Amino acid sequence: MVFGTLLVLTLVTVGVSYLDLPEVETVVVALIIATTKASLVAMFFMHLKGERPMVTWPLALTAFLFVALLGSLLMSEADHLFGARFQDSFHSISN
Amino acid sequence: MQIPYTTEVRPDTGLTNPKLGVWLFLASEVMLFGSLFSSYALLRTGAPSWPDQSSIVNVPLATLNTIVLIASSVTMVMAWASLKGRSLPKFRLYMGLTLLCGAIFLVVKAIEYGDKFSHHLYPATNNFLGLYFTMTGLHAIHVIAGMIVNAYFLGPGTKMWQSDPERFTNRIEVAGIYWHFVDVVWIFLFPVLYLL
Amino acid sequence: MPRLIRRYIFSTDHKVIGLQYGFTSLFFLLVGFALVMLIRWQQAFPAQPIPLVGGWLGQANAPGGVLLPEFYNQLGAMHGTIMVFLGVVPLAFGAFGNYVVPLQIGAPDMAFPRLNMTSYWLYLAGGLVMLASFLVPGGAANNGWTSYAPLSDLAPGHGQTLWLIGMALLINSSLLGALNFIATIVQLRAPGMTWFRLPFFVWSQLVTAFLLLLAFPPLEGAAVLQLMDRLAKTSFFLPSGLVIGGQPLQVAGSGNALLWQHLFWFLGHPEVYVLILPAMGIVAEVVTNNTRKPLWGYRLMVYSVFVLGFLSFIVWAHHMYLTGMGTTIGAFFQATTMIISIPSVIILSSLILSLYGGSIRFNTPMLFALGFMPMFGLGGLTGLPLGLAATDIPLHDTNYVVAHFHYLVAPGTIFALFAGIYYWFPKITGRMMNETLGKIHFVGSIICMNVIFMPMFVQGLAGVNRRLWDGGTLYTHAQGTLSLNVPMSYAALALAFFQIFFIVNLVWSIRGGRAVGANPWEATTLEWSAPSPPREHGNFDRVPRVVRDPYEYSAPGATAGFLPQAEGDAT
Repeated sequence: MVFGTLLVLTLVTVGVSYLDLPEVETVVVALIIATTKASLVAMFFMHLKGERPMVTWPLALTAFLFVALLGSLLMSEADHLFGARFQDSFHSISN
Repeated sequence: MQIPYTTEVRPDTGLTNPKLGVWLFLASEVMLFGSLFSSYALLRTGAPSWPDQSSIVNVPLATLNTIVLIASSVTMVMAWASLKGRSLPKFRLYMGLTLLCGAIFLVVKAIEYGDKFSHHLYPATNNFLGLYFTMTGLHAIHVIAGMIVNAYFLGPGTKMWQSDPERFTNRIEVAGIYWHFVDVVWIFLFPVLYLL
Repeated sequence: MPRLIRRYIFSTDHKVIGLQYGFTSLFFLLVGFALVMLIRWQQAFPAQPIPLVGGWLGQANAPGGVLLPEFYNQLGAMHGTIMVFLGVVPLAFGAFGNYVVPLQIGAPDMAFPRLNMTSYWLYLAGGLVMLASFLVPGGAANNGWTSYAPLSDLAPGHGQTLWLIGMALLINSSLLGALNFIATIVQLRAPGMTWFRLPFFVWSQLVTAFLLLLAFPPLEGAAVLQLMDRLAKTSFFLPSGLVIGGQPLQVAGSGNALLWQHLFWFLGHPEVYVLILPAMGIVAEVVTNNTRKPLWGYRLMVYSVFVLGFLSFIVWAHHMYLTGMGTTIGAFFQATTMIISIPSVIILSSLILSLYGGSIRFNTPMLFALGFMPMFGLGGLTGLPLGLAATDIPLHDTNYVVAHFHYLVAPGTIFALFAGIYYWFPKITGRMMNETLGKIHFVGSIICMNVIFMPMFVQGLAGVNRRLWDGGTLYTHAQGTLSLNVPMSYAALALAFFQIFFIVNLVWSIRGGRAVGANPWEATTLEWSAPSPPREHGNFDRVPRVVRDPYEYSAPGATAGFLPQAEGDAT
């Protein structure tokens, strides 16, 4: 049953990609579907649902650190995201 | 000298050593692939132009590969379930199917890579292709490593079923957790590299 | 396979593996020291032929015994790499951690003994690759231990490529070791060893393991990307429009050189806490034992070390204030950097407060532990102007930075590691090291360390840049401080001389030291309940049952001056 859901979601994500949505929506939808699929695999195939805190806490920390790395990279080095240019509220040193 | 809690669960943590060990290993793998995904995000948002990914890479083939890998995760779970149900022949069947799916995945990847090279599309061509080859290449190395472990358990490793069935079952569960992780990485690689 | 090989070379016993890490890392520390002696000569006497050893370096590196700039850069990059990744961390984490942690928690071995052995061999392989890189055409990596892109991406020869491969091997070694430590500490504590009965040394190793586990992988990712840049001609770190020697670079471009810096420092900052936390753990053990009273603020220290570990992941861009990231991001990292000094200060203060009212025994381990405290304090305080973005502007990349981190690692961590060696030597060998030689080693080392590194602050404040082959002869305004290089280099030579006392002491005491029983220091933690040396497989004669807190020294109403953690132990 989980397999069936995963198959459906796979076909959905491919189908959505042909819809030619604007940039932000494309990324958001794709990542939401991917996260859902990954969560299903993790919860049910990897038995993460109902797993002990000694396992889930380090994983939560890992997820936080990944987001911190991604976020800091984009905030400090990307000069645009989805067409929006980053403006610094003060003047940046390199200006 | 026996290391305690290799097979039996430690009461206060509720875990065996290998179960905790594999999840810690996967945490480090999340950071490894996470750093590559973060690099992708930065390089793409910083680039003046980025190729239309789905026109360079083969979406139908990759969709097939996604389904193949998800199927291999299912057969991996069935392999473990067979051991819980005390059936070695069923375990052999499902583990064999898992290996078959893994092999199909790698063959399709080889076709994809070969196709790129024959059109003179190399990692050096642009950053998208560089990331495509690097990330799927690293993923493929992890697939191969998982297949080597699984093949060992299908082959000489099965001896442990005779001597210590519970420990063998736990080993398959742990190998399965690693294998599912390889599937999860592909679940993210597929949309990011092919569909966005 | 022959018994001797199985027992000593391919052993899965954590004690043997700990010693393998120990001897290998001490060897690499000597190599790193030798490299910096060449650097110190060049700084004190720029462009003068090096006496005695100048001829051994070869014409490609030092024609006529005078260091070429390219070779000087190799020395600098490899000194840093070898000291940090092949010397201090393997000694602090691999050697001390492997040997002591299972004993202190009452375990028979690590959770995954064969994985442990694999970790050591990956470390050795990485180290040998690093050493081999000196021998390839073009020599070893010469782009700083930080290997910033695009310079490192484009560095000719194979030295940098081998550096990347060596790092990949080392990182995998550390990752496997880290997960082994965490699994061991969580799962293999002896009956009665609850979390808050753990010695502080074990807590510090646990947090260190988490730092290694989660911070190293992004550097491995970066190494993979740079290997692709170097070998497959990708341009992950190469921006468009680079021109080398008048010729535009034939690559796709659109890469980001700062991406390397972020990925490097994401590891690089937690790495410095990997350097210091085991040292704090060792000092805590030695201090409480030699003051004959419990650690002041044990629980506070435990909470602090966790907060420190967590915060260490979100301060890294303070190494990048001058890259133009903008004041908003800079302010974020400045804030987290200032906050992280709090748990650091709490731990140091607790160690100092632990001395108050103590019955202090001034033996060699205690002298090094006492020396650690003001040295670490100075190193930490000098970090404050670096952590504040505005004051970092004139100090970044000067000798001030070099002095700052050397105070923390050299008379900081390494002193703590010496304390650990003198302290645990009787457990490992059943013999004591010589006290007189130890005291000479201590007095000589602490004086020399300060003569070497204190003037370096002055040079940095005067604006002398780091990593300069000629030491800064073009800085006309700083010429006065450059003459300090001469006494600094003599002090470095003297420091080398005083290590001879340590090496002789170590080697001779293995057979010739005063023989002692299981607990010569009258300590309370579990490792002292095992025989000296502990049983080959299994460590303890019987599984310990832990019945009390780790530091029950001079407990009111107790019948003995100290109470070992395990029940029924009368030593």
